[in-house]
Order: sequence, then structure tokens, then C-alpha cells
Amino acid sequence: MTIQSLIGWRPVLVLSALMVTAFGAIAEGPEPTLEQRVAGLEAYLGNGDPTAALKDDKGNIPDGLTTASVGVAGPAHNAWMMVSTALVLFMTLPGLALFYGGLVRSKNVLSVLAQCLGIAGLVTILWWAVGYSLVFGKSFASPFLGGTEFLFFKDVTSAPNTDYAYWLSQNVFSMFQMTFAIITPALIVGAIAERMKFSAIMLFVGAWMFIVYFPLAHMVWGITGLMNGVWNADAGIKAIDFAGGTVVHMSSGWSALVLCMILGPRIGFGKEPMPPHSMVLCMIGTGILWVGWYGFNAGSALAADGVAANAFCTTTLATGVAAFVWAVAEYFDKGKASVLGFCSGVVAGLVTITPAAGFVTPGSAVLIGVAAGIVPWFFCTRVKKWFKYDDALDTFGVHAVGGTLGAFLTGVLATTEVNGALSTNLADLVGKTLYVEQLKAIGLTLVLSIVGTAVIALAIKALFGLRPNTEEEREGLDVTDHEEKGYIY
Amino acid sequence: MSLKKIEAIIKPFKLEEVKEALTEAGIEGMTVTEVKGFGRQKGHTEIYRGSEYTVDFLPKVKLEIILGASVVDKAVQAIIKAAKTGKIGDGKIFVLPVEEAIRIRTEDKGEKAI
Repeated sequence: MTIQSLIGWRPVLVLSALMVTAFGAIAEGPEPTLEQRVAGLEAYLGNGDPTAALKDDKGNIPDGLTTASVGVAGPAHNAWMMVSTALVLFMTLPGLALFYGGLVRSKNVLSVLAQCLGIAGLVTILWWAVGYSLVFGKSFASPFLGGTEFLFFKDVTSAPNTDYAYWLSQNVFSMFQMTFAIITPALIVGAIAERMKFSAIMLFVGAWMFIVYFPLAHMVWGITGLMNGVWNADAGIKAIDFAGGTVVHMSSGWSALVLCMILGPRIGFGKEPMPPHSMVLCMIGTGILWVGWYGFNAGSALAADGVAANAFCTTTLATGVAAFVWAVAEYFDKGKASVLGFCSGVVAGLVTITPAAGFVTPGSAVLIGVAAGIVPWFFCTRVKKWFKYDDALDTFGVHAVGGTLGAFLTGVLATTEVNGALSTNLADLVGKTLYVEQLKAIGLTLVLSIVGTAVIALAIKALFGLRPNTEEEREGLDVTDHEEKGYIY
Repeated sequence: MSLKKIEAIIKPFKLEEVKEALTEAGIEGMTVTEVKGFGRQKGHTEIYRGSEYTVDFLPKVKLEIILGASVVDKAVQAIIKAAKTGKIGDGKIFVLPVEEAIRIRTEDKGEKAI
């Protein structure tokens, strides 16, 4: 009975819905033609603007003219980007946490996990309240900082923000970008591991997001950004950064170097052995990072389109090559290929291909992989010894060096062949002098990261202190900062 | 009849063979501990991203056996035969006098207790 009555009612419901729609359309404005409606659907397939076919010769849309494709998210875009967002969060929790956690001594393993968790929470709050608006807003019309229109996620709904993606819900876009904002300061933890107070780290990260990350992310990815060469026709520096070579890896890596130098080395550095307490955890973390990085790089296309597919392919090639090359470098250096060598090569490859992933061919990705296996290896095993800074887990050697290398190589190897968007504003530069723009972006990122970090770190040092006392550091941060132990036998 | 104690430091992977050889020689009990130490065998180096650490203390296994003086030679030969690889680091055997042995359950003393 129930089913029959439902079936009986359905045509009536549908009919009345159609009538409401039809009357509504008549009341609001002109009907789109069939061609305009098909064009809207085709825009979905091509990741293009669904309103393009509605515009007249002057580029204006007649009052009330719209189609079902306008102002809605594409199901496939949202599906892929929600998966990508989860993948990028998975990079931090637990990928990076385990990668770093395995590399410290067992008395400090929880401190690293707590720092990653603490940063995830703190940055989430900042991002919701102000961060997203400061990076991706445009009400300031400024090349350096976004705006106030999205404070506290005002108007951040399931409708797309077409400044960034025609078919992606803005609430998903904002979450995707938030996972980048989380992992970036978490990377810094590697350089200062085992010797900085939890409270000082939280203070540092809170300030660092405002002074370094939010402005830099806006400059590179914001629609009015100074260094957004691909999408901002008025960009002062016409640089490109696909998934965060400057924003994520250079900023965290160079800041990490400055912070670890202001902090000073761990007690006993260079005199006592400080081997990783679990290479197994480190390897698990590395694998999670690699898998999560598909969301980071391929997801940065903001669509499951051809650019994403290319980024997926180049990410895999560069990473596999870099892992192998790093181990080969070790083999010729010391006669043995190590698990930490393979893991370091994996991360170096991922870092170095990050700014290039959606802009270069597979062949270029292999070249980038070779460079990523050699240059960061050289910094981690040689340069660190020469200068004796205690970059505990090689955040500088891998992320700053790999990120800088990648940003430069992107300028040399980017091609319109794999990414048509490079022809819009950069046709005169790509394949020619784009690397000069990249060098300018590298310089600005360096200055902002180094100066910003130095100011924040010295201020916190003067006001609250950065380090635990000697006894606490000897005992280990797990017990002194968190009153927990990682392993109870 | 006097009691003796054998303390033998051996390579960990030889433990099973040594235990079998001692059982065949009629030894009925032993206590085993995982220990670390070094003698003439040098430690090894570990390298993590270019940072080299020398590990001096190597893992070994220590056996403790209390037995009658008359079977000491037989037991020592059994250990030597089973634990020898001929390479440096095979370990050492010490034989010590024991004043008394008591089985807790029955309060038996001397050789009856072992």
C-alpha cells in the first residue's frame, strides 16, 4: 500500500516541481538556449567557466540568465578534492609525525607527535577565524594579503569560489588549503626536535602563520597575489609554484634553519650518539607521506583533470628516481645503501617535484628526481658537518634545499605542452626567462622566512624562553612536557 | 662433592646449539640473560644521513649453570664445541666455586639441589 501510494504521488510531485521551476524562470529572466545549457555541461568536462556561453559580446551576463550548471559544485571535482584533502591531512597525521617520531630518541617520540597534533589544532582555529580570508580573500586588493570577506568562514559555502575553481565547493577548497597550512609549520618541527618547549613552539607557530605563511601563501596563490604568475595578470613577479615549493617547503625549511640556529644545538650534539630510535616508524611515515603527496600535488590541480593526471605521473617518477639516486650516492660514498637514505630520497623527490608537478613533462620529472637525490643528500651529509648547525631531522637539508632547487628547476623546465594555463599570462616567459621570475620569488621567500622567523624567535626567547632546562632536556620532553611515555615495557 | 658455576658469554645466535649440547652432556638446567659488552672484538659503526656512531657494546648471551665439579670439564667442552665459530667475538667461559645451593621447594642442599 505504502509503495503504491508513493508511486502514485511521484508524477504529481515531479510535475508540480517542474511548474514551479518553469514559472520561477519566467519570473526571474530569460531562458537559456539549449546551446547555452550544453555549453555549461561541456564547461564541466573541460574544467572551464560555466557562464562563458551566457556572456554577451561585452562579457556581461544578461540579468537573470543562468543555467543549472552555474553556481553549483561538480560532483567529480568535490569527490576528488575531498579525497585529496584527507590525503594531505594524512601526510601530517600520522605521516610526518611518524617520519619525524621514528628519527628522534625514544624519550622524545611523543613530543614530536604532540607538536604535530598541536599544530593541526592551532592552525585549524587560525585558518577558520582569519587565515583563509587573509590568504584567499581579495577585499584588500593587495598583492601581499587577501581580505576580510571570509573571516570566520563567512560565505564559505558549498558554492564554488570561481576566483580559484569553477566547479569546486568553496568549503572543500578552504579545507584543502588548510591542510597545507597545517603541514607547513609542522615541517619546521624536524629541525628543532628534542629541545624546544611545547609552549614555545605553539607561540612561535601562532605568530609565524601571521608573519610568514598567510602573506606568502596569498602572494603565491591568492588571486591578487604578487607572485601568482599563472592567474594574476597584474602579478609583480610572474613566478609559478604548482603545489608549494616556495609557500610550503622553502618557507618551512629556511625558517627551520634560522630557528634551529637561534635555539642552539641539542645537549651533547656531536659528542653523544643520537641515533633514530625506530627506523621502522620512520619508514611507515615515509610511505604515508608518499601516498598522501598524491593529494598534495595531483590535488593542487583543484580538479581530476589532465593537469592532475600529469602531476600524479611526474610526482611518482621524480620520487622513485630520487629515492634510488640518494641510496646510490650513499653507496658510492660509504659502501652501503641505508633505509634512512631511501626514505630521505623519497621525501627529497616529493619536495623537489612539488612546485613543478603540474607544469613539467615526465622526462623533466626524471631529471628533477636525479637532482633531488644528489643535492639535498650533499647538504645533509656534507654541508651540515661543515657548518655544525643542529638541523636535527634535516628539515633544512631536505625541504629548504629541495624546495629551492625545485622552484628554480620549475622555471627552467615548465612547458605549455602539459599545462595550457601557462599560455594565458606567461606566454612570453615560459621556456625563456621564467627562471628569472623564479629567482625573484626565491629571493623574496628567503627574506620573508629568514627575517620573519628571526624576529619571532628572538622575541619569544626574550619574553618566555625557548628551551627546557638542562635536566628536563636530559630527561626527555615526553615526560617533562607531556607527562607521558611513548613506550612502557 | 663441591659445586661449581659456569658463566659463559656467547654469541646470541649460538644459544640454541649450546643448549642442545649441554642437554646431551646431561646438564639439566641453566639461566640465560641477554647482555651487552665488548672484548677484543670491536663494535660496529652506524651511519644515519652522514652522522656516524660507534656502537661499542655488542649484544651477547650469558649462560649461568651450577653443576657438580665432576661434570665441569664435560660441560665446558660441550659449550666450546657448540659455540665456536673460530672468529673473534665467540665469547668466554668462566668457572667459579659455589659455596652452597638450596632448592626452595624442598630445602634440599648441595648437589641434591641442582
